[in-house]
Amino acid sequence: MAKAKEEEKNIKAYSQNFTTMTPGPFAKRMRTCVIWQFIRFVVINLKMIIVVGKSH
Amino acid sequence: MARLIVLGGGVSGHTAATFAAKWLGSAHEVVVVTPNSKWNWIPSNIWVGVGQMTPEDVTFDLAPVYKKAGITYKQAKAVSIHPNGKEGSDKEFVTIEFTDVANAGKTEELEYDYLINATGPKLNFGATPGLGEGSNLGEHTVSVCTADHAHHASHELEKCIKKMKEGQRQKFLIGTGHGMCTCQGAAFEYIFNIEHELSKAGVRDLADIKWISNESFLGDFGVGGLHMKTMGYAVSSKIFAESLFTERGVDWIIGAHVNKVESGKVSYELLDGSMGEEEFDFSMLIPPFAGVGIKAIDKDGSDITDTIFAPNGFLKVDANYAAGAYENWKASDWPKTYQNPTYENIFACGIAFAPPHTISKPMSSPNGTAINPTPPRTGMPSGIMGKTVAHSICDRILKGKDAPLHEASMAEMGAACVASAGKGIFDGTAAAMTIYPVVPDFEKYPGTGRDTDYTFGEIGLAGHWIKHILHYLFLWKAKLKMGWTMIPE
Repeated sequence: MAKAKEEEKNIKAYSQNFTTMTPGPFAKRMRTCVIWQFIRFVVINLKMIIVVGKSH
Repeated sequence: MARLIVLGGGVSGHTAATFAAKWLGSAHEVVVVTPNSKWNWIPSNIWVGVGQMTPEDVTFDLAPVYKKAGITYKQAKAVSIHPNGKEGSDKEFVTIEFTDVANAGKTEELEYDYLINATGPKLNFGATPGLGEGSNLGEHTVSVCTADHAHHASHELEKCIKKMKEGQRQKFLIGTGHGMCTCQGAAFEYIFNIEHELSKAGVRDLADIKWISNESFLGDFGVGGLHMKTMGYAVSSKIFAESLFTERGVDWIIGAHVNKVESGKVSYELLDGSMGEEEFDFSMLIPPFAGVGIKAIDKDGSDITDTIFAPNGFLKVDANYAAGAYENWKASDWPKTYQNPTYENIFACGIAFAPPHTISKPMSSPNGTAINPTPPRTGMPSGIMGKTVAHSICDRILKGKDAPLHEASMAEMGAACVASAGKGIFDGTAAAMTIYPVVPDFEKYPGTGRDTDYTFGEIGLAGHWIKHILHYLFLWKAKLKMGWTMIPE
Protein backbone atom coordinates (compact mmCIF):
# COMPACT_ATOMS: atom_id res chain seq x y z
CA MET A 1 0.00 0.00 0.00
CA ALA A 2 1.26 3.49 -0.86
CA LYS A 3 2.34 5.75 2.00
CA ALA A 4 -0.31 8.31 3.02
CA LYS A 5 0.52 11.97 2.51
CA GLU A 6 0.85 14.16 5.58
CA GLU A 7 -2.62 15.68 5.24
CA GLU A 8 -4.36 12.32 4.90
CA LYS A 9 -2.42 10.12 7.31
CA ASN A 10 -5.10 10.09 10.03
CA ILE A 11 -8.18 10.13 7.81
CA LYS A 12 -10.12 6.87 7.71
CA ALA A 13 -12.25 6.48 4.57
CA TYR A 14 -15.93 7.22 5.27
CA SER A 15 -15.39 7.40 9.02
CA GLN A 16 -16.48 10.45 11.08
CA ASN A 17 -13.29 12.35 10.23
CA PHE A 18 -13.67 11.86 6.45
CA THR A 19 -15.45 15.17 5.88
CA THR A 20 -13.09 17.60 7.59
CA MET A 21 -10.07 19.55 6.34
CA THR A 22 -6.54 18.71 7.47
CA PRO A 23 -3.35 20.73 7.18
CA GLY A 24 -0.51 19.79 4.87
CA PRO A 25 3.22 20.00 5.69
CA PHE A 26 3.51 23.70 4.75
CA ALA A 27 0.60 24.80 6.95
CA LYS A 28 1.98 22.75 9.85
CA ARG A 29 5.50 24.16 9.45
CA MET A 30 4.14 27.70 9.48
CA ARG A 31 2.46 27.04 12.83
CA THR A 32 5.84 26.77 14.53
CA CYS A 33 7.89 29.02 12.19
CA VAL A 34 9.25 31.57 14.67
CA ILE A 35 9.40 34.51 12.21
CA TRP A 36 5.86 33.96 10.89
CA GLN A 37 4.51 33.29 14.37
CA PHE A 38 6.08 36.49 15.68
CA ILE A 39 4.12 38.39 13.04
CA ARG A 40 0.96 36.46 13.99
CA PHE A 41 1.68 37.20 17.67
CA VAL A 42 1.51 40.93 16.94
CA VAL A 43 -1.61 40.57 14.77
CA ILE A 44 -3.49 38.33 17.24
CA ASN A 45 -2.64 40.65 20.13
CA LEU A 46 -3.97 43.65 18.23
CA LYS A 47 -7.20 41.77 17.41
CA MET A 48 -7.60 40.69 21.04
CA ILE A 49 -6.99 44.21 22.34
CA ILE A 50 -9.79 45.48 20.06
CA VAL A 51 -12.24 42.82 21.36
CA VAL A 52 -11.19 43.42 24.97
CA GLY A 53 -11.66 47.17 24.42
CA LYS A 54 -15.16 46.64 23.00
CA SER A 55 -16.09 44.50 26.02
CA HIS A 56 -15.17 46.90 28.84
CA MET B 1 -18.98 52.91 57.23
CA ALA B 2 -20.51 50.44 54.80
CA ARG B 3 -19.53 46.80 54.64
CA LEU B 4 -19.35 44.80 51.40
CA ILE B 5 -19.03 41.05 51.75
CA VAL B 6 -17.75 39.04 48.79
CA LEU B 7 -18.43 35.31 48.97
CA GLY B 8 -15.73 33.56 46.96
CA GLY B 9 -12.18 34.47 46.01
CA GLY B 10 -11.88 33.10 42.47
CA VAL B 11 -11.44 35.14 39.30
CA SER B 12 -14.75 36.99 39.66
CA GLY B 13 -14.81 37.43 43.46
CA HIS B 14 -11.15 38.41 43.67
CA THR B 15 -11.61 40.98 40.89
CA ALA B 16 -14.71 42.42 42.58
CA ALA B 17 -13.11 42.57 46.03
CA THR B 18 -9.81 44.09 44.97
CA PHE B 19 -11.39 46.80 42.81
CA ALA B 20 -13.99 47.57 45.50
CA ALA B 21 -11.24 47.93 48.12
CA LYS B 22 -9.32 50.28 45.83
CA TRP B 23 -12.36 52.43 44.98
CA LEU B 24 -13.83 52.54 48.50
CA GLY B 25 -10.58 53.18 50.36
CA SER B 26 -10.32 52.77 54.11
CA ALA B 27 -13.59 54.60 54.84
CA HIS B 28 -15.52 51.39 54.11
CA GLU B 29 -14.87 47.70 54.68
CA VAL B 30 -14.53 44.91 52.11
CA VAL B 31 -14.65 41.35 53.47
CA VAL B 32 -13.80 38.26 51.42
CA VAL B 33 -15.14 34.92 52.60
CA THR B 34 -13.53 32.00 50.80
CA PRO B 35 -12.81 28.45 52.01
CA ASN B 36 -9.47 28.43 50.19
CA SER B 37 -6.20 29.76 51.53
CA LYS B 38 -4.76 30.09 48.03
CA TRP B 39 -5.75 31.77 44.79
CA ASN B 40 -5.52 29.52 41.74
CA TRP B 41 -4.99 30.62 38.12
CA ILE B 42 -7.19 27.78 36.86
CA PRO B 43 -6.40 28.07 33.12
CA SER B 44 -2.84 26.88 33.83
CA ASN B 45 -4.00 23.79 35.74
CA ILE B 46 -3.86 21.82 32.49
CA TRP B 47 -0.09 22.34 32.46
CA VAL B 48 0.08 21.07 36.05
CA GLY B 49 -1.91 18.05 34.85
CA VAL B 50 0.81 17.08 32.38
CA GLY B 51 3.70 17.82 34.74
CA GLN B 52 4.81 21.00 32.98
CA MET B 53 4.05 23.20 35.99
CA THR B 54 3.73 22.61 39.73
CA PRO B 55 0.77 23.57 41.94
CA GLU B 56 3.00 26.31 43.39
CA ASP B 57 3.40 27.82 39.91
CA VAL B 58 -0.35 28.39 39.58
CA THR B 59 -1.31 29.39 43.13
CA PHE B 60 -0.38 31.94 45.79
CA ASP B 61 -1.39 32.67 49.40
CA LEU B 62 -4.36 35.04 49.64
CA ALA B 63 -3.75 36.36 53.18
CA PRO B 64 -0.77 38.66 52.43
CA VAL B 65 -2.42 40.03 49.27
CA TYR B 66 -5.64 40.90 51.11
CA LYS B 67 -3.65 42.40 53.98
CA LYS B 68 -1.85 44.67 51.49
CA ALA B 69 -5.20 45.64 49.89
CA GLY B 70 -6.84 46.39 53.24
CA ILE B 71 -9.40 43.61 52.72
CA THR B 72 -10.67 41.61 55.70
CA TYR B 73 -10.11 37.96 54.86
CA LYS B 74 -12.12 35.12 56.37
CA GLN B 75 -11.03 31.62 55.40
CA ALA B 76 -14.49 30.19 55.66
CA LYS B 77 -17.44 28.98 53.64
CA ALA B 78 -20.80 30.74 53.55
CA VAL B 79 -23.56 28.63 55.08
CA SER B 80 -26.62 30.90 54.92
CA ILE B 81 -27.77 34.34 53.86
CA HIS B 82 -30.26 36.19 56.10
CA PRO B 83 -31.42 39.09 53.89
CA ASN B 84 -34.07 40.30 56.37
CA GLY B 85 -31.98 39.92 59.52
CA LYS B 86 -33.17 37.88 62.48
CA GLU B 87 -35.53 38.19 65.41
CA GLY B 88 -34.71 41.44 67.17
CA SER B 89 -32.67 42.90 64.31
CA ASP B 90 -33.44 43.99 60.75
CA LYS B 91 -29.76 44.01 59.79
CA GLU B 92 -28.96 41.55 57.01
CA PHE B 93 -26.14 39.07 57.65
CA VAL B 94 -24.46 35.89 56.43
CA THR B 95 -23.46 32.93 58.54
CA ILE B 96 -20.03 31.55 57.74
CA GLU B 97 -18.16 28.45 58.91
CA PHE B 98 -14.38 28.63 59.14
CA THR B 99 -12.26 26.12 57.23
CA ASP B 100 -8.75 26.96 58.41
CA VAL B 101 -7.10 24.45 60.74
CA ALA B 102 -7.09 26.73 63.78
CA ASN B 103 -10.80 27.61 63.60
CA ALA B 104 -12.29 24.71 61.63
CA GLY B 105 -16.00 24.28 62.33
CA LYS B 106 -16.44 27.57 64.19
CA THR B 107 -19.22 29.81 62.88
CA GLU B 108 -19.71 33.57 62.77
CA GLU B 109 -22.49 35.95 61.78
CA LEU B 110 -21.27 38.76 59.52
CA GLU B 111 -23.54 41.75 58.92
CA TYR B 112 -23.44 43.36 55.49
CA ASP B 113 -24.70 46.38 53.58
CA TYR B 114 -23.95 44.84 50.19
CA LEU B 115 -23.31 41.20 49.29
CA ILE B 116 -21.69 39.67 46.21
CA ASN B 117 -22.09 35.95 45.66
CA ALA B 118 -19.07 34.85 43.63
CA THR B 119 -18.63 31.40 45.10
CA GLY B 120 -17.99 29.67 41.80
CA PRO B 121 -19.37 26.16 41.40
CA LYS B 122 -19.69 23.07 43.48
CA LEU B 123 -17.79 20.42 41.49
CA ASN B 124 -20.69 18.00 41.38
CA PHE B 125 -18.81 14.72 40.89
CA GLY B 126 -21.60 12.94 42.77
CA ALA B 127 -24.08 13.60 39.92
CA THR B 128 -22.57 10.69 37.97
CA PRO B 129 -22.38 7.33 39.78
CA GLY B 130 -18.74 6.36 40.12
CA LEU B 131 -17.32 9.78 39.18
CA GLY B 132 -17.15 10.77 42.83
CA GLU B 133 -19.10 11.51 45.98
CA GLY B 134 -20.63 14.98 46.37
CA SER B 135 -17.90 17.44 45.49
CA ASN B 136 -15.13 14.88 45.96
CA LEU B 137 -13.36 13.26 43.04
CA GLY B 138 -13.71 9.47 42.86
CA GLU B 139 -11.00 6.87 42.45
CA HIS B 140 -11.55 5.88 38.81
CA THR B 141 -10.79 9.11 36.97
CA VAL B 142 -8.67 12.23 37.41
CA SER B 143 -9.52 15.92 37.22
CA VAL B 144 -7.82 19.23 36.42
CA CYS B 145 -10.41 21.40 38.17
CA THR B 146 -8.08 22.30 41.04
CA ALA B 147 -4.30 22.54 41.25
CA ASP B 148 -4.19 19.52 43.60
CA HIS B 149 -6.41 17.48 41.29
CA ALA B 150 -4.15 18.38 38.38
CA HIS B 151 -1.03 17.43 40.34
CA HIS B 152 -2.57 14.02 41.04
CA ALA B 153 -3.48 13.70 37.34
CA SER B 154 0.13 14.33 36.31
CA HIS B 155 1.30 11.44 38.53
CA GLU B 156 -1.26 9.09 36.99
CA LEU B 157 -0.18 10.22 33.52
CA GLU B 158 3.43 9.55 34.46
CA LYS B 159 2.50 5.96 35.40
CA CYS B 160 0.86 5.47 31.99
CA ILE B 161 3.90 6.83 30.18
CA LYS B 162 6.09 4.42 32.16
CA LYS B 163 3.89 1.49 31.11
CA MET B 164 4.03 2.62 27.49
CA LYS B 165 7.81 2.80 27.62
CA GLU B 166 7.67 -0.84 28.72
CA GLY B 167 5.64 -1.59 25.60
CA GLN B 168 2.08 -1.62 26.99
CA ARG B 169 -0.68 0.03 24.96
CA GLN B 170 -2.77 2.60 26.89
CA LYS B 171 -6.23 4.06 26.29
CA PHE B 172 -6.91 7.68 27.19
CA LEU B 173 -10.44 9.00 27.53
CA ILE B 174 -10.87 12.75 28.12
CA GLY B 175 -13.98 14.92 28.15
CA THR B 176 -17.13 15.54 30.17
CA GLY B 177 -18.51 13.24 32.85
CA HIS B 178 -22.21 14.12 32.56
CA GLY B 179 -24.76 15.28 30.00
CA MET B 180 -25.04 18.75 31.58
CA CYS B 181 -21.38 19.74 31.90
CA THR B 182 -19.68 22.96 30.90
CA CYS B 183 -15.94 23.75 30.58
CA GLN B 184 -15.37 21.64 27.46
CA GLY B 185 -12.50 24.04 26.75
CA ALA B 186 -10.48 22.75 29.70
CA ALA B 187 -10.92 19.15 28.57
CA PHE B 188 -10.05 20.21 25.00
CA GLU B 189 -6.80 21.74 26.23
CA TYR B 190 -5.98 18.74 28.38
CA ILE B 191 -6.47 16.12 25.67
CA PHE B 192 -4.13 17.94 23.28
CA ASN B 193 -1.56 18.61 25.98
CA ILE B 194 -1.54 14.90 26.77
CA GLU B 195 -1.15 14.09 23.08
CA HIS B 196 1.73 16.58 22.88
CA GLU B 197 3.47 15.13 25.95
CA LEU B 198 3.07 11.54 24.71
CA SER B 199 4.65 12.57 21.39
CA LYS B 200 7.52 14.24 23.24
CA ALA B 201 8.02 11.09 25.33
CA GLY B 202 8.20 9.02 22.14
CA VAL B 203 5.24 6.80 23.06
CA ARG B 204 2.46 8.33 20.96
CA ASP B 205 2.21 5.19 18.79
CA LEU B 206 1.17 3.18 21.85
CA ALA B 207 -1.68 5.52 22.81
CA ASP B 208 -5.33 5.41 21.76
CA ILE B 209 -6.74 8.83 22.63
CA LYS B 210 -10.47 9.46 22.59
CA TRP B 211 -12.69 12.46 23.35
CA ILE B 212 -16.11 12.03 24.92
CA SER B 213 -18.41 15.00 25.44
CA ASN B 214 -21.97 16.22 25.75
CA GLU B 215 -21.61 18.60 22.80
CA SER B 216 -23.98 17.84 19.92
CA PHE B 217 -21.12 18.69 17.54
CA LEU B 218 -17.41 18.95 18.01
CA GLY B 219 -16.45 22.60 18.64
CA ASP B 220 -19.70 23.59 20.40
CA PHE B 221 -17.68 24.57 23.53
CA GLY B 222 -20.89 25.40 25.38
CA VAL B 223 -21.47 28.52 23.31
CA GLY B 224 -23.33 26.81 20.50
CA GLY B 225 -20.16 26.84 18.39
CA LEU B 226 -18.90 29.90 16.56
CA HIS B 227 -17.90 31.00 13.10
CA MET B 228 -14.33 32.24 13.03
CA LYS B 229 -12.97 34.54 10.39
CA THR B 230 -9.89 32.85 8.95
CA MET B 231 -8.29 32.66 5.50
CA GLY B 232 -11.09 34.82 4.14
CA TYR B 233 -13.78 32.38 5.30
CA ALA B 234 -16.15 32.37 8.26
CA VAL B 235 -15.25 28.82 9.34
CA SER B 236 -17.43 26.88 11.76
CA SER B 237 -15.70 25.78 14.95
CA LYS B 238 -16.94 22.29 14.03
CA ILE B 239 -14.57 22.23 11.03
CA PHE B 240 -11.82 23.83 13.12
CA ALA B 241 -12.15 21.24 15.91
CA GLU B 242 -12.63 18.21 13.65
CA SER B 243 -9.57 19.25 11.70
CA LEU B 244 -7.41 19.41 14.82
CA PHE B 245 -8.74 16.12 16.20
CA THR B 246 -8.06 14.41 12.87
CA GLU B 247 -4.60 15.92 12.49
CA ARG B 248 -3.58 14.77 15.98
CA GLY B 249 -5.13 11.31 15.59
CA VAL B 250 -7.77 11.77 18.31
CA ASP B 251 -11.07 9.93 17.92
CA TRP B 252 -14.32 11.34 19.36
CA ILE B 253 -17.70 10.46 20.84
CA ILE B 254 -20.13 13.38 21.01
CA GLY B 255 -23.67 13.91 22.27
CA ALA B 256 -22.82 11.65 25.21
CA HIS B 257 -24.20 11.64 28.72
CA VAL B 258 -21.80 9.62 30.87
CA ASN B 259 -24.12 7.85 33.31
CA LYS B 260 -21.75 5.51 35.11
CA VAL B 261 -18.03 5.29 35.81
CA GLU B 262 -16.35 2.10 36.94
CA SER B 263 -12.75 1.01 37.20
CA GLY B 264 -11.42 1.29 33.65
CA LYS B 265 -14.84 1.75 32.02
CA VAL B 266 -17.53 4.38 31.45
CA SER B 267 -21.11 3.79 30.35
CA TYR B 268 -22.91 6.45 28.37
CA GLU B 269 -26.14 7.34 26.57
CA LEU B 270 -26.08 9.12 23.23
CA LEU B 271 -28.45 11.71 21.80
CA ASP B 272 -30.00 9.04 19.57
CA GLY B 273 -30.94 7.09 22.70
CA SER B 274 -28.41 4.29 22.19
CA MET B 275 -26.18 3.13 25.03
CA GLY B 276 -22.46 2.46 24.89
CA GLU B 277 -19.40 1.62 26.92
CA GLU B 278 -15.83 2.76 26.59
CA GLU B 279 -12.78 1.31 28.33
CA PHE B 280 -9.83 3.36 29.48
CA ASP B 281 -6.54 3.18 31.31
CA PHE B 282 -6.48 6.92 32.04
CA SER B 283 -9.48 9.21 32.09
CA MET B 284 -10.10 12.87 32.93
CA LEU B 285 -13.78 13.74 32.97
CA ILE B 286 -15.02 17.22 33.88
CA PRO B 287 -17.85 17.05 36.46
CA PRO B 288 -21.10 19.00 36.12
CA PHE B 289 -21.37 22.21 38.15
CA ALA B 290 -24.00 23.19 40.73
CA GLY B 291 -24.41 26.03 43.19
CA VAL B 292 -22.44 25.57 46.41
CA GLY B 293 -25.62 25.04 48.42
CA ILE B 294 -25.93 28.24 50.45
CA LYS B 295 -29.32 28.53 52.19
CA ALA B 296 -31.40 31.69 52.46
CA ILE B 297 -33.22 32.14 55.76
CA ASP B 298 -35.98 34.62 56.56
CA LYS B 299 -36.26 36.65 59.76
CA ASP B 300 -38.56 34.07 61.34
CA GLY B 301 -36.19 31.22 60.54
CA SER B 302 -38.14 29.91 57.54
CA ASP B 303 -36.27 28.71 54.45
CA ILE B 304 -36.50 31.19 51.55
CA THR B 305 -33.72 29.66 49.47
CA ASP B 306 -35.98 29.41 46.41
CA THR B 307 -36.58 33.18 46.57
CA ILE B 308 -32.92 33.98 46.04
CA PHE B 309 -31.54 30.88 44.36
CA ALA B 310 -32.59 28.95 41.26
CA PRO B 311 -33.19 25.18 41.69
CA ASN B 312 -29.62 24.46 40.50
CA GLY B 313 -28.26 26.49 43.43
CA PHE B 314 -27.10 29.50 41.42
CA LEU B 315 -28.23 32.98 42.48
CA LYS B 316 -31.10 34.63 40.59
CA VAL B 317 -30.22 37.93 38.96
CA ASP B 318 -31.81 40.31 36.44
CA ALA B 319 -32.14 37.63 33.75
CA ASN B 320 -35.31 36.59 31.96
CA TYR B 321 -35.98 33.17 33.48
CA ALA B 322 -39.31 32.87 31.68
CA ALA B 323 -37.97 32.80 28.12
CA GLY B 324 -39.47 29.36 27.54
CA ALA B 325 -38.68 27.35 24.41
CA TYR B 326 -35.49 27.78 22.40
CA GLU B 327 -37.40 29.55 19.60
CA ASN B 328 -38.21 32.39 22.05
CA TRP B 329 -34.70 32.93 23.33
CA LYS B 330 -33.21 36.37 22.89
CA ALA B 331 -29.89 37.99 23.69
CA SER B 332 -31.79 40.32 26.00
CA ASP B 333 -32.65 37.33 28.26
CA TRP B 334 -29.12 37.59 29.65
CA PRO B 335 -28.51 39.67 32.78
CA LYS B 336 -26.91 43.09 32.62
CA THR B 337 -26.44 44.25 36.21
CA TYR B 338 -26.35 40.89 38.10
CA GLN B 339 -28.57 42.32 40.83
CA ASN B 340 -30.95 39.98 42.65
CA PRO B 341 -34.54 40.93 41.74
CA THR B 342 -35.81 40.56 45.33
CA TYR B 343 -32.97 42.05 47.37
CA GLU B 344 -31.31 45.02 45.69
CA ASN B 345 -28.17 44.84 47.85
CA ILE B 346 -27.37 41.28 46.71
CA PHE B 347 -25.47 40.60 43.48
CA ALA B 348 -23.88 37.56 41.86
CA CYS B 349 -21.08 37.21 39.32
CA GLY B 350 -19.00 34.56 37.60
CA ILE B 351 -20.29 30.99 37.68
CA ALA B 352 -22.44 31.80 40.75
CA PHE B 353 -25.17 33.67 38.84
CA ALA B 354 -28.06 31.65 37.43
CA PRO B 355 -28.09 31.89 33.63
CA PRO B 356 -31.52 32.27 31.99
CA HIS B 357 -30.94 29.20 29.83
CA THR B 358 -28.15 27.45 27.97
CA ILE B 359 -26.35 29.09 25.05
CA SER B 360 -26.13 25.86 23.03
CA LYS B 361 -29.37 24.60 21.56
CA PRO B 362 -31.05 22.35 24.16
CA MET B 363 -31.17 18.68 23.23
CA SER B 364 -32.30 15.44 24.78
CA SER B 365 -32.30 11.77 23.88
CA PRO B 366 -35.54 9.91 23.02
CA ASN B 367 -35.35 8.61 26.60
CA GLY B 368 -35.74 12.18 27.88
CA THR B 369 -32.16 12.59 29.06
CA ALA B 370 -30.98 16.18 28.62
CA ILE B 371 -27.62 16.17 26.83
CA ASN B 372 -26.25 19.61 26.10
CA PRO B 373 -23.51 21.85 27.44
CA THR B 374 -24.40 24.40 30.09
CA PRO B 375 -23.14 27.95 29.55
CA PRO B 376 -19.54 28.83 30.43
CA ARG B 377 -19.22 31.90 32.73
CA THR B 378 -15.49 31.77 33.36
CA GLY B 379 -12.37 33.65 32.32
CA MET B 380 -12.65 37.10 30.82
CA PRO B 381 -16.45 37.48 31.15
CA SER B 382 -16.20 36.39 34.77
CA GLY B 383 -13.62 39.08 35.54
CA ILE B 384 -15.60 41.78 33.71
CA MET B 385 -18.76 40.85 35.64
CA GLY B 386 -16.88 41.06 38.94
CA LYS B 387 -15.48 44.50 38.14
CA THR B 388 -18.88 45.75 36.90
CA VAL B 389 -20.72 44.60 40.03
CA ALA B 390 -18.03 46.15 42.24
CA HIS B 391 -18.38 49.40 40.29
CA SER B 392 -22.16 49.47 40.82
CA ILE B 393 -21.88 48.80 44.55
CA CYS B 394 -19.10 51.36 45.06
CA ASP B 395 -21.19 53.98 43.27
CA ARG B 396 -24.17 53.23 45.51
CA ILE B 397 -22.02 53.44 48.63
CA LEU B 398 -20.21 56.61 47.57
CA LYS B 399 -22.87 58.45 45.53
CA GLY B 400 -26.10 57.27 47.08
CA LYS B 401 -28.56 54.39 46.82
CA ASP B 402 -30.06 55.70 43.58
CA ALA B 403 -26.81 55.68 41.63
CA PRO B 404 -27.37 53.86 38.33
CA LEU B 405 -26.03 50.34 38.04
CA HIS B 406 -23.29 49.46 35.58
CA GLU B 407 -23.98 46.85 32.92
CA ALA B 408 -22.02 43.96 31.42
CA SER B 409 -24.23 41.54 29.53
CA MET B 410 -22.60 38.42 28.09
CA ALA B 411 -24.70 39.13 25.00
CA GLU B 412 -22.88 42.45 24.55
CA MET B 413 -19.35 41.54 25.58
CA GLY B 414 -16.71 39.54 23.77
CA ALA B 415 -14.07 37.18 25.07
CA ALA B 416 -10.52 36.39 24.14
CA CYS B 417 -9.75 32.72 24.65
CA VAL B 418 -6.48 30.87 24.27
CA ALA B 419 -6.71 27.07 24.34
CA SER B 420 -3.38 25.34 24.71
CA ALA B 421 -2.68 22.38 22.43
CA GLY B 422 0.78 21.66 23.81
CA LYS B 423 3.41 23.48 25.87
CA GLY B 424 6.84 24.41 24.48
CA ILE B 425 8.57 27.69 23.79
CA PHE B 426 9.37 26.66 20.18
CA ASP B 427 7.17 23.61 19.57
CA GLY B 428 4.07 24.51 21.59
CA THR B 429 0.78 25.48 19.97
CA ALA B 430 -2.50 26.99 21.09
CA ALA B 431 -5.77 27.97 19.48
CA ALA B 432 -6.11 31.73 19.92
CA MET B 433 -9.72 32.85 19.53
CA THR B 434 -11.90 35.86 20.05
CA ILE B 435 -15.67 35.64 20.16
CA TYR B 436 -17.99 38.64 19.97
CA PRO B 437 -20.43 38.54 21.61
CA VAL B 438 -20.19 35.51 23.90
CA VAL B 439 -23.94 34.90 23.73
CA PRO B 440 -25.06 34.96 20.08
CA ASP B 441 -27.46 37.73 19.11
CA PHE B 442 -29.38 36.49 16.08
CA GLU B 443 -31.38 39.71 15.82
CA LYS B 444 -28.26 41.82 15.49
CA TYR B 445 -26.18 39.27 13.56
CA PRO B 446 -28.60 37.06 11.61
CA GLY B 447 -26.97 33.81 10.54
CA THR B 448 -23.96 33.19 12.77
CA GLY B 449 -25.24 35.27 15.71
CA ARG B 450 -21.87 36.98 16.07
CA ASP B 451 -19.87 39.76 14.49
CA THR B 452 -17.45 37.96 12.16
CA ASP B 453 -15.20 41.05 12.09
CA TYR B 454 -14.38 40.38 15.75
CA THR B 455 -14.71 36.58 15.92
CA PHE B 456 -11.60 34.83 14.66
CA GLY B 457 -9.34 31.93 15.49
CA GLU B 458 -6.08 30.33 14.49
CA ILE B 459 -3.70 27.75 15.88
CA GLY B 460 0.02 28.18 16.23
CA LEU B 461 3.04 28.95 18.36
CA ALA B 462 1.95 32.59 18.74
CA GLY B 463 -1.13 31.39 20.64
CA HIS B 464 1.08 29.44 23.02
CA TRP B 465 3.27 32.48 23.66
CA ILE B 466 0.14 34.51 24.44
CA LYS B 467 -1.20 31.84 26.81
CA HIS B 468 2.18 31.68 28.59
CA ILE B 469 2.41 35.47 28.90
CA LEU B 470 -1.18 35.64 30.19
CA HIS B 471 -0.25 33.12 32.90
CA TYR B 472 2.33 35.53 34.35
CA LEU B 473 0.29 38.64 33.59
CA PHE B 474 -2.84 37.48 35.46
CA LEU B 475 -0.85 36.17 38.44
CA TRP B 476 0.83 39.60 38.56
CA LYS B 477 -2.56 41.30 38.45
CA ALA B 478 -4.11 39.01 41.07
CA LYS B 479 -1.18 39.66 43.42
CA LEU B 480 -1.93 43.39 43.05
CA LYS B 481 1.59 44.16 41.94
CA MET B 482 2.56 47.48 40.37
CA GLY B 483 0.21 48.54 37.57
CA TRP B 484 -2.32 45.73 38.25
CA THR B 485 -5.29 47.95 37.45
CA MET B 486 -3.90 48.57 33.95
CA ILE B 487 -4.19 44.88 33.04
CA PRO B 488 -7.66 44.21 31.60
CA GLU B 489 -9.80 41.34 32.84
